[in-house]
Amino acid sequence: MFGAGGGTSSYREVQETDVILLWGSNAREAHPIFFHHVLKAVHKGAELYVVDPRRTTSAQWADLWLGLHVGTDIALANAMAREIIHAGLHNREFIDHATTGFDAYAAAVESYTLDYAEQTTGVPADAIREVAHAYARADRAQLCWTLGITEHHNAVDNVLALINLSLLCGHVGRYGCGVNPLRGQNNVQGGGDMGAIPNKLPGFQDIEKNPEARAKFEAAWGTPIQPKYGWHLSEMLAAMERGELTALYVLGENPAQSDADANHVKELLEGLDFMVVQDIFLTATAELADVVFPAAASWCEAEGTVTNSERRVQRVRKALDPPGEARGDLEILYELARRLGHDWGQPVAEEIWNELRSLAPNHAGMSYRRLEELGGIQWPCWDENDPGASFLHGRLWADPPEQGTLAPFSVVEHDPPVDEVNDEFPLLLTTGRRLDAFNTGVQTGGYRSPLDRGEELELSREDADDLGVRNGDVVRVTSRRGSITSPVRVQPALRPGLAFMTFHFPDQVETNILTVNAVDPKSGTAEFKASAIRVEQVTDEVAQADAGVREPAGTGAD
Amino acid sequence: MDLVLHDVEASAAEREAVDAVLGPPDSAWVGASERSARDLHLARGGHGARAQRHLLLPVLHAVQARVGWISEGALSYICRRLTIPPADAHGVATFYALFSLSPQPPVVAHVCTDVACQAAGGVRELCGELERRLGPPGSHRGNGNAIWLESPCLGMCERAPAAMVVRAGEDSRETQLAPARSDDLLSLMGGGSEPAAAPLAVPQAGQPGLRLLRRVGVVDPEDLDSYRAHGGYQPLRAALDMGAERVLREVTDSRLLGRGGAAFPTGRKWEAVARNPRRPHYLVCNADESEPGTFKDRVILEHDPFAVIEAMTIAGIATGCEHGYLYIRGEYPLAWERLVLAITQARTRGFLGEDILGRGVNFDIELRKGAGAYICGEETALFNSIEGYRGEPRNKPPFPVDEGLFNQPTVVNNVETLINVLDIVLEGGLAYAGIGTEQSTGTRLFCLSGRVSRPGLYEVPMGTRLQDLIEMAGGVAGGSLRTVLLGGAAGRFLTPDELDVELSFEETRKVGTTMGSGVVMLVDDSVELAPLLQRIAAFFRDESCGQCVPCRVGTVRQEEALARLARGRARGGVQAELDLLDEIKRSMRDASICGLGQTAADAIESALEKLNVFEPAAEEAP
Repeated sequence: MFGAGGGTSSYREVQETDVILLWGSNAREAHPIFFHHVLKAVHKGAELYVVDPRRTTSAQWADLWLGLHVGTDIALANAMAREIIHAGLHNREFIDHATTGFDAYAAAVESYTLDYAEQTTGVPADAIREVAHAYARADRAQLCWTLGITEHHNAVDNVLALINLSLLCGHVGRYGCGVNPLRGQNNVQGGGDMGAIPNKLPGFQDIEKNPEARAKFEAAWGTPIQPKYGWHLSEMLAAMERGELTALYVLGENPAQSDADANHVKELLEGLDFMVVQDIFLTATAELADVVFPAAASWCEAEGTVTNSERRVQRVRKALDPPGEARGDLEILYELARRLGHDWGQPVAEEIWNELRSLAPNHAGMSYRRLEELGGIQWPCWDENDPGASFLHGRLWADPPEQGTLAPFSVVEHDPPVDEVNDEFPLLLTTGRRLDAFNTGVQTGGYRSPLDRGEELELSREDADDLGVRNGDVVRVTSRRGSITSPVRVQPALRPGLAFMTFHFPDQVETNILTVNAVDPKSGTAEFKASAIRVEQVTDEVAQADAGVREPAGTGAD
Repeated sequence: MDLVLHDVEASAAEREAVDAVLGPPDSAWVGASERSARDLHLARGGHGARAQRHLLLPVLHAVQARVGWISEGALSYICRRLTIPPADAHGVATFYALFSLSPQPPVVAHVCTDVACQAAGGVRELCGELERRLGPPGSHRGNGNAIWLESPCLGMCERAPAAMVVRAGEDSRETQLAPARSDDLLSLMGGGSEPAAAPLAVPQAGQPGLRLLRRVGVVDPEDLDSYRAHGGYQPLRAALDMGAERVLREVTDSRLLGRGGAAFPTGRKWEAVARNPRRPHYLVCNADESEPGTFKDRVILEHDPFAVIEAMTIAGIATGCEHGYLYIRGEYPLAWERLVLAITQARTRGFLGEDILGRGVNFDIELRKGAGAYICGEETALFNSIEGYRGEPRNKPPFPVDEGLFNQPTVVNNVETLINVLDIVLEGGLAYAGIGTEQSTGTRLFCLSGRVSRPGLYEVPMGTRLQDLIEMAGGVAGGSLRTVLLGGAAGRFLTPDELDVELSFEETRKVGTTMGSGVVMLVDDSVELAPLLQRIAAFFRDESCGQCVPCRVGTVRQEEALARLARGRARGGVQAELDLLDEIKRSMRDASICGLGQTAADAIESALEKLNVFEPAAEEAP
């Protein structure tokens, strides 16, 4: 945020806050470790508010759940902002001191009355007012979100709408306050920090806007770096479509099953001239590849570091040799380089890390020795005397304010989901995760779990009654992009008109055949959270058998 | 809170019973049958929902009273209403003996088979007759509408044998019957008329010089003005005039020691809570009187309920509590009724609630009913029970004065302890300390039962000889005295030549015994000792909460060894069994976290040592 890609607060600060606003996140199931910090706060007396279309298991812990319509987050956030301003609860001191653009923002949210918000989001006005006041009045407050905010065609605007709220109340840059996007996978934070994103070099140094940084890397690596942003995944798919991208090297991803409009993605991957996949499992994507590099697992089979959601870099150590012909990621890369004519030597993880420290100033102070001594360090850590940072953006409270470091309000407007609900497609499907499964099931599909019932289309009791279906009945689910069959489960957490599926079991039910590839141009994220569908009873026996309740887990690898 | 509820519905009667306690559900998320438009977009839960947890026992009581048992549908509805995971609620409901989770007829007779009734005689005949007419305990041969069950002590030992009939339904009712004759009991179970009021259990009633029993049998326990006409509410007025600090000093000066069994200085307990900066403070009156042979609190609560309420009010004012709980065992319906009445009257007349007597202080009392668990007499188990959990004792420290009820600073006192405060406030702590002995001040209540000529509740100054107390009650009835159980099932047996002991904390301790809860149970030579010891062992096995291993396993092993000895089937000889019992005793005493396990072998040990219940054969003597 404000130039740094990470959550601003530490787990401990979440435990020691007064109000937690969990927005578009079912952390109870999708981020169980983080939620355990939330629960510590709750048991100490913190209030928990959850904004989510479904009354999820996270929402069941909340003092108040706001069940907004899918894709109306900006309307809700702007209405909360207007209410906070009208009630005089905004933090004028902080706004004057540390932000820009308040007047334009205040003018823009003026039309978002509570009545308008109730009509648009479905949430009763008194409840919106209650949460707005609770957030604004809190001495310490945390605003946390996940994919319910970012898997939309206007993902960045959604995020900005939430950041606006934190600026409005001064709930950032202080101990116990912050804005925190929860990270979905182990080390997803570390991936971005290490430059595995199309617009930044390691340490969040911009490729286009920071020529000095680029020169520094060019000197260190002895090779020119293109002075423009690369493509993110959705842009790569578009480039494949145009025939511009013809070869692909995939490391630890399963785009054939994880991306929206899966049929289309598979066609594109099959149309490539050449594809390499490096993974610890033979994934559905790997099955389409020309070459597969079996890789060591980064946990237990490799040396290195991981970085968690609170920006804490931690050491991981090798305890086992990888099985069979699998090799460490590092070894695969330098062997590949050697065969392509570049001798990188045989560096070990610590050498690579020290190179990173010399090039990414926010990691400079993190020697392996210090990481071990301190049990991990949170970036930024500028030198070997720096203990790291519990929270970010303390500068916003500096007195006098540091020049050029003001945080801007952003004017953002409500923009409904792309895929429209109509008579032909009367239900809105939103997708998400369950506690006992991980992503496309590559790593969890082989394990038994008492909660595992395989994929199910979750429907409200009212819709299930209208359709005349009961738990276990197989139905056909059709969107504008494709059609699948799935068993049904009645789910009290859903309201009429809203349906839910995961994408954990693509071999049983390929949910992403239904989802819409409407991509946010600013972030490259597709709108997994909103697809219009219709549901029909299936009488065809073959389809029934296809989608029937899965064999018990553990019957075989994916 | 993660709720996974089964798809079973509560019946209309069950819902009604629950809603009568909690009010109707305000949304479909907590049990309303229809989802409103609002429900689709908001739900309340969290701290507000979890704060209702303490209502779990009252709600379980409501369903049990209405339907006679708690079905899965009822439990599911309760869980939805209170946001409690069903496994958790099931664990609570099954903990308490008075709740049934399997179908049970609406009429249940609980028949006391505990030590005091056994020693007094008549239990075996009563149970035999019930078995002939209705079948064995728990079966309902003959009358599908009613069953009878064996029960631990019902606290009516002075009128043995005792029974209680519980009738579920819209006008549910619990009736105590003692002495219970089989014809009367069967008639009551069949819907016959209620028994006449029981005779007063206090032979000294009305005599001059009584302090704690001064008003028992003298005042109308259902009339506040009758209480006031006999000195009632003068102590409260005096306490308000003195102020909290001065009341604390008088109680400290009185050197009053707790009467619940642990003999902790009341003044120190009160001071610790009064000085604790954490708020709120809570006051708990422990009226979960369940020690076999004990009925003193019952007599006070039934015949002088206002005294307890007034004493609690003074304690609350002195220690900075605005909220008091009175936790009374579920087997005392008459005491419950009178307390409900007394609290209502006291509130109406400004003696309880906000701005008491116009003096700007607030104090109110919530009544809580136990559900058949002896262990809830342990103070921390009692807190858990009030909070809506299984009545399992907590580890100490922290002690209740730091973290008690709802983890807040808490004063917890026994009924008898509290009513001593009334005189202390009026006459001053130093004057009070002049009564009794140097280290045990004041008077003490004793429950005389078993083979005694005039059973009942007696008040004597501390330091009175046990022999003299027994003579006051007319001595042994019938044959010659074999032994006296002093202090209850957790107390010790004394031989006839040990009765010279002075009844004070220090003297009883010196001779290795305890006054416990004031039980003095006489056993003559017509009573078989082995079944009595087996009953004590069965009692502890049944009442062990099961939380810590030495007690959970030890109480079972102890009962088994006694059963083998009683059947003449000693394993490896009598001495080997006695050695085993000794080892079990030491494990339980050293390693149990609460008094139940620590004392579960005391009475049995003393009997085995002194009374030659099971004699080793000559050739195997050590």
